[in-house]
Amino acid sequence: MSTLTHKLRRVFVWELPVRAYHWLNVLAIVALCVTGYLIGNPPGIMSQSEASHRYLFGTIRFIHFVAAYVFFFNFVFRIYWGFVGNKYANWKNFVPTNRKFFKEMWQVISIDIFLKKNREHISVGHNALAGFIYFFTFIAFLVQCITGFALYADMSHWWFADAFIWVSGIFGDNFGLRNWHHATMWFFILFAIVHVYLVFYHDYVEGRGEISSMGGGWKFIEEEQFEKEHKED
Amino acid sequence: MTNHPTRRPTYYEELRGKGYSRRDFMKFCTTMAAYLGLQASGAAQIASALQKTPRIPVIWLHFQECTCCSESFIRSSHPIVADIIIDNISLDYTETLMAASGHQAEAAKAKTMKDYHGEYILCVEGSVPVANDGVYCCIGGKSAVDILQESAAGAKAILCWGSCACNGCVQSAKPNPTSATPIHKLVKGKPIIKVPGCPPIGEVMAGVLIHMITFGRLPELDRVGRPKAFYSKRVHDTCYRRPFYDAGLFVETFDDENAQKGYCLYKVGCKGPMTYNACGAMRWNNGTSYPIQSGHGCFGCSEENFWDNGPIYRQMANFPGFGIESNADKIGIIAAGVTAAGIAAHAVATNLRKKKLIHNLVEEGKEAEKEL
Repeated sequence: MSTLTHKLRRVFVWELPVRAYHWLNVLAIVALCVTGYLIGNPPGIMSQSEASHRYLFGTIRFIHFVAAYVFFFNFVFRIYWGFVGNKYANWKNFVPTNRKFFKEMWQVISIDIFLKKNREHISVGHNALAGFIYFFTFIAFLVQCITGFALYADMSHWWFADAFIWVSGIFGDNFGLRNWHHATMWFFILFAIVHVYLVFYHDYVEGRGEISSMGGGWKFIEEEQFEKEHKED
Repeated sequence: MTNHPTRRPTYYEELRGKGYSRRDFMKFCTTMAAYLGLQASGAAQIASALQKTPRIPVIWLHFQECTCCSESFIRSSHPIVADIIIDNISLDYTETLMAASGHQAEAAKAKTMKDYHGEYILCVEGSVPVANDGVYCCIGGKSAVDILQESAAGAKAILCWGSCACNGCVQSAKPNPTSATPIHKLVKGKPIIKVPGCPPIGEVMAGVLIHMITFGRLPELDRVGRPKAFYSKRVHDTCYRRPFYDAGLFVETFDDENAQKGYCLYKVGCKGPMTYNACGAMRWNNGTSYPIQSGHGCFGCSEENFWDNGPIYRQMANFPGFGIESNADKIGIIAAGVTAAGIAAHAVATNLRKKKLIHNLVEEGKEAEKEL
């Protein structure tokens, strides 16, 4: 069996700012989804205490607003890092700019979804399909930030949130705005479910350190593949 | 009467003629200044304006509506409000309240429009049906569209009373068979003030008119054209039940103990958090009460599309395109379930289809472990 042995080479894929962004994003999204769901569906609490002694819903909303700011500025930072970070962080990973991108996307679909057995190598960073789907998540981020700040604008005294006030005009009123903001939350939840599953899946079928990569930043690449790509460059 | 025959009487002169004392007049001015949120000197400004300004003619049109706006207006807290505008002072034409009828009424309107071209204020109550050449609303042989265009041409400003005129209200709810259209979509190039609500609060209506008389210009409007003095805050922001909301104490059903205790009505569908109006601060019927105070949630009557954003007694709106009883959460939970099922199927399929690959990886790992 030793003929099958893969010699792996260590590649530093995710830089510290990318990893920090990722986990901060996780925290913010979890906080936003949990508090957001509660704001839409408040728990029924029977309590004997006076309203003046409680601030539960106020706290839930406060957490939501704080997490929203964290989420937004974290996102802005990630866009910035897409221009100054290493090649795995670059914005070109997310926007299909050439035919190779589409080719790899199809490859990933056939291997991951149709479970075809070809052994072609897939990028060590974001694979093309993942990158393209992240592009859609960024659009969802944007939708969520814009609708969220528009809802928040009338509670805010900061010009920044106030600048989003025009958005409710597009929806006609805050009803539609609120509904879309709430519905978009489900995109995040569905994304998270699939995302986590696929991370496990790739780790399982590739054995290249997919799960731990977001911890230390390391991924592993077959030696022969490394040599091949090295020559191509 | 001391009026010069060629000069139109001022508001003050008309009021004195009707038997109001100066004291009544000053009380009225003070009330209005307070409603408009003016500083202390505002009352004097209003008094001075009403003493100097000759009355501004008002034409008040009724189209697709229920007349609740007029009803609300004549019931505003201070009697002068109704008298000053409606009784016999300014109102040159309104189907509901004028004494004249038929050709006489139409002639009065035509005269006002001609004599005061560019000066009169046009108040519109109701939306305008535009489907089938506007046959769904005709008055005196003319369609509402034509009447509106004709009257708007010489108006100084247009006041849209109520949700019908501002955003179509119930008759423009889906499927809107008559193509009921709000005024701002039909009239261009005229200053338009929206005073939405079903009906709007009488004092708000009076306040807007008094503002225009006193300062001779439109009140400050928000992004959709509503006077900021009355529509800059959500019902939620001035709600006396707000502390219960912040505490997380909600009415679960209308007959539970929480309802008795006066908890927040958010979970039984109160739309206060999304509705811009002055109900919480000014209240209705001489400040007696307003829906929330009476134990019923706000259903957002002053907001666009409020009929289509149901259901009234649930917080979450139905999600468009998925049938009734389908809010975002229900659809989301189903989607999450389908996703989870898909993942489970995929995991099983992976283990079957990629058996060899996974086996090799495992063997390779075990080999290395033994060698170590």
